[in-house]
Amino acid sequence: MLEPLIKIAVLLGGLMTAAAYFVLLERWIAAWVQDRLGPNRVGVPLTRIRLFGLGQPMADGGKFILKEEFMPAHVDKRLFLLAPISILAAALAVFAVIPFGSVLPASVYTLFGQDAATVASTEGPVPLVVAPGVDVGLLYVFALSSIAVYGVIVGGWASNNKYSFLGGLRSSAQLISYELPLGLAILSVVLASGSMNLDEIVHRQADSGVWFIFTQPLGFVVFVIAAFAEAARLPFDLPECEQELIGGYHTEYTGMKLLLFLVAEFLHMITAAFLIVLLFLGGWHIWGLAGPDEQVTWVGAVGRLIVLHLKVTGVIVFFMVVRWSWPRFRFDQLMALAWKVMLPLGMINLVAVAIFEELSLALQSQLGGWTLAISLLGSWLVCLGAWFGVAYATPMIGDNRVRKDIHTYEVDPQI
Amino acid sequence: MQATDPDIQWVEPPKLGLGERMYLPLFLQGLTTTTKHLVSAKVTVSYPDQEPEIDNPLIYRGVHRLNRDEQGRVKCVACFLCATACPAHCIDILGVESPWEDREKYPESFTIDELRCIFCGMCEQACPVDAIELTSLYNLTGRSREEMIFDKEKLLSVYDATKDKEPMKSAQLPPVTTPSTATPSTATSTSPTEGGA
Repeated sequence: MLEPLIKIAVLLGGLMTAAAYFVLLERWIAAWVQDRLGPNRVGVPLTRIRLFGLGQPMADGGKFILKEEFMPAHVDKRLFLLAPISILAAALAVFAVIPFGSVLPASVYTLFGQDAATVASTEGPVPLVVAPGVDVGLLYVFALSSIAVYGVIVGGWASNNKYSFLGGLRSSAQLISYELPLGLAILSVVLASGSMNLDEIVHRQADSGVWFIFTQPLGFVVFVIAAFAEAARLPFDLPECEQELIGGYHTEYTGMKLLLFLVAEFLHMITAAFLIVLLFLGGWHIWGLAGPDEQVTWVGAVGRLIVLHLKVTGVIVFFMVVRWSWPRFRFDQLMALAWKVMLPLGMINLVAVAIFEELSLALQSQLGGWTLAISLLGSWLVCLGAWFGVAYATPMIGDNRVRKDIHTYEVDPQI
Repeated sequence: MQATDPDIQWVEPPKLGLGERMYLPLFLQGLTTTTKHLVSAKVTVSYPDQEPEIDNPLIYRGVHRLNRDEQGRVKCVACFLCATACPAHCIDILGVESPWEDREKYPESFTIDELRCIFCGMCEQACPVDAIELTSLYNLTGRSREEMIFDKEKLLSVYDATKDKEPMKSAQLPPVTTPSTATPSTATSTSPTEGGA
């Protein structure tokens, strides 16, 4: 009973701190990309110690808490309150099945290897996930992250404001569209690993030593792009887009309610990064750290923890740098990308993975060790071919300008 | 204006090549640019901790000063050219008859309203004797409006404070190389090093 509670406490505390510090990291990267210094003033409160601005999250949080809890008169009060709560609850609940590490050894004495003291302990290693062994883990993650769209739509609707409403509408269309390629990419991973349990998927990659990014490059690309859209990050941040919709669905929100939305947004990004790492980048695995959970030592366990979190941080930094590299898509381009490019690519990947799995089962006995090499080569060829094909068939950039061969473009003769 | 008007130039967008259609090369290009900036040197000056470097104090337009001649007298001859040139009307001169032999008038009072000044530097350009100049002092502050109205003594004290760091511009600028070599006497007289050149 105590063990899950401790894990939940660690996870919640860690996530909230991480979200706060990722806000700081986001601002730093934004500043650095623009040749500025970024927040570097706030340090230890009431002193002159600056600590490179590491006190900034506390100041930000304090600011949000001290703000007036303002509710505009024209909003639907119940839904207005429900939206941020539901979006944050869903974003946090996802982490119940996401492993935030591998395992911890059962005994405190297992520092470097098995010794006499550990043999006595009958308990297995402690899995670092709140709800271990959930066989529908991946399904649960996507069921819950789909609830996020309700928070956005309900928030936009309840705000009774046309900007919020537009943001909510765009968001619903975007999130629903991108769930299809996301699902297709995941389906390929599930097909290859034979499990929906996230821990199993990581183990599958760790045991073979071949991450799914190597065997399914196309699936990885589709998944990453769809994850960007699901997390509503630039270049797909149409639900918010400050420049057009002054914040979109959270235009009318202030104070703690706005904070809930913002934290949920960062949690979505963290979830997306975790999923990318767990599904495609081998989770905690790095060559040399593999091995069954029962034999893991403290050094190995901490090493796995560090490797996983380094990978996740790397993916998040990638998210943040991409934000300043790419302009936002127009809405029709966004939809065209989802339906004309991502969906076909996802399907090609799924079919290719299915064929390779079937063939490798059949040919394993004849080819032996060459099976892996052949399937790797085949998957990269499929990726390149599909990419070329899509580039030829559907240009991702649509031209929406007036066509002079169709319209007679007339300017007011008074001018 | 019709669409068939010959004055209209229809511009067609360039056709996308395969590389652009593939999208990945463009993406990598953008990512390279941002990554370069991510690690490059920053341009921010953390001002109160760190003083900004002024590239060329000679052309910087900061607080005014009234120059002194070699005898320590104010150089101004109260010709009112600066006050006339000033677009903000912030210069107020009271010219009286000069007690000295070499000029007819001198300013009894010379005030500049620094709050009104737009630091355009036109007074400096208008001055025929290089008496008024803009220094590179950029952090001009005061606690009251009265304090920001600089009188003659204050402007001369600005000169005293900055003359070592920023010699008079007329001494710094290269001599005009016209065929008649008619350089103003004020330009060479203040600087012994340049007198020979």
